[in-house]
Amino acid sequence: MAATEPTPTAWSSARRIRRLPLVLLIVVALASLLVAVGVGSVTISPQSLWSVLMGQGDPLYRTLIFELRLPRALAAFGTGGLLAVAGALMQVLLRNPLADPYVLGVSGGAAVAALAAMLVGLGGIAVSGSAFVGALVSTLLVFGLAHGTGSWTPTRLLLTGVVVAAGWGAMITFMLSVGPTEQLPGMLYWLMGDLAYSRGPWPALGLLAVTWLVLMPLARSLNVLARGPLQAAALGVAVRSLEGAVYVMASLLTAVAVTTAGSIAFIGLVVPHMLRLVWGNDQRVILPASILAGGTLLTLADTLARTLIAPEQLPVGVITALLGVPTFLYLLYRSR
Amino acid sequence: MSVLEASGLVIDVPGREDGQPLDFAIEPGQLWGVLGPNGAGKTTLLHTMAGLRAPRRGQVLLDGTSLARLRRRHLAQALGVVFQERQDGFPATVSETVLIGRHPFLSPWQQEGTEDLRLAEEAMARLELEDLAERLVSQLSGGERQRVAIATTLTQSPRLWLADEPTNHLDLRHQVAVMTLLAEQARNGRGVLLCVHDLNLAARWCDHLLLLYPDGDACWGAAQDMLVPDALERLYDQPLMVAEINSARVFVPSN
Repeated sequence: MAATEPTPTAWSSARRIRRLPLVLLIVVALASLLVAVGVGSVTISPQSLWSVLMGQGDPLYRTLIFELRLPRALAAFGTGGLLAVAGALMQVLLRNPLADPYVLGVSGGAAVAALAAMLVGLGGIAVSGSAFVGALVSTLLVFGLAHGTGSWTPTRLLLTGVVVAAGWGAMITFMLSVGPTEQLPGMLYWLMGDLAYSRGPWPALGLLAVTWLVLMPLARSLNVLARGPLQAAALGVAVRSLEGAVYVMASLLTAVAVTTAGSIAFIGLVVPHMLRLVWGNDQRVILPASILAGGTLLTLADTLARTLIAPEQLPVGVITALLGVPTFLYLLYRSR
Repeated sequence: MSVLEASGLVIDVPGREDGQPLDFAIEPGQLWGVLGPNGAGKTTLLHTMAGLRAPRRGQVLLDGTSLARLRRRHLAQALGVVFQERQDGFPATVSETVLIGRHPFLSPWQQEGTEDLRLAEEAMARLELEDLAERLVSQLSGGERQRVAIATTLTQSPRLWLADEPTNHLDLRHQVAVMTLLAEQARNGRGVLLCVHDLNLAARWCDHLLLLYPDGDACWGAAQDMLVPDALERLYDQPLMVAEINSARVFVPSN
């Protein structure tokens, strides 16, 4: 009889901890949104912020918050969440912590396709659709070429990704050079990522919510998949269809992120890595935590980009790259 | 209780003739050993029996149903595999790794319950891994990792075991412990198939043997009929000496 109760120590504490990261991250995420809304060319004090959020306060502040800062902060949050979870998914798919939509050229492919659609005069949904196709093609290209006959070795994968990304970069520059001058400032953000030109946060936020719902029941299967396709198949995972679904999802998430804010670098690399350092590699924690932490990070990075050299604005991609490059180099150094 | 049956099975070893089709069944209570030199196709056979590789000809049947017609999840509830090679791209602790053996039995939204944790704990205790429970698998020795892999399959608690050289990297005491564990699984009505390199482990624990020759030839049957020095010498292309210790036959290479 005594044998039926597992010792309470390690197990139950590990299981209780699982909810804590998410609660913590939700609090931090809300705080980051408040900071993003309050800080800027006009700083809004916490009291005025509170009264505006309660539906009163200065009408000028109301316009500033609800029409300018909040949409931008939410767009940043949505984009960051999408990129982080896309990175986490690619890392499971390739069993390699260095995978990231920007590093592997997926963002670049989406940007090229979106720009091309804009140059031929398409708009709105056609640009997003084109970006999605660009992301898919780019992923297929990189994974296919790097896979070849053997398996995805880190070196081959990264080299292929970097080279393909460089190719996309060149094509973006080309299109910017031949594009109409008056569109140029609005198009530059495809290169580096900038939230100043984002068109509404709702596609990104909506997709983020759907992603959360779709991924949670898949998360344990992804844990098993992270241990290799053979082991996963032996434990009852339909490897091919799961890998296909993850691949399409990661591309879709990247495409929507890119159409919202251009190709922002390294969020997909930095965020899951940091989370894994603290909470291990259980996808049931890492995937939702990536959504929250990625959103938080990009919201704060964008606030910095707006204020650092105000009244001038930096593209937020500069900030994330400054964070991402050292992380990437460290990971590469450690993996050997 | 389940039966895993090879029917007219030809495994797909690239660049090899079909050879002898295999017709054998792993019945509940049987412990099968697969013997053969390097490259004879032992691992390929094991993966084919697990439905992880398509056969070139013939089929593998689980309780009369072809593996090709079964869903992976259903298969994983009956059939456990211990692999020879393992990937660990991401850090994971021993207890996390052992617990994934319960994956086939949990629905997508379900969390591991008390019973799952109990099975994982028992498996870790059985393979003397309790003290390593919170260690990262990537930091363990080869033998310790091998025990983690066996504990994972023990947590899965399959009706049929397919183990690829389960005694690899293990010290003598743990070799005996693992073989005893597999024999005990068989005694409890489960079927076991394992690839082995050590003739003497096979001779002592397996009740059925399958000899796989590099040219695709094969023979199988009760262990005492298969442990013929002539056949074994041809199998390994290596002269053998046979000694008898405590009425058990022991094979030693001679030169």
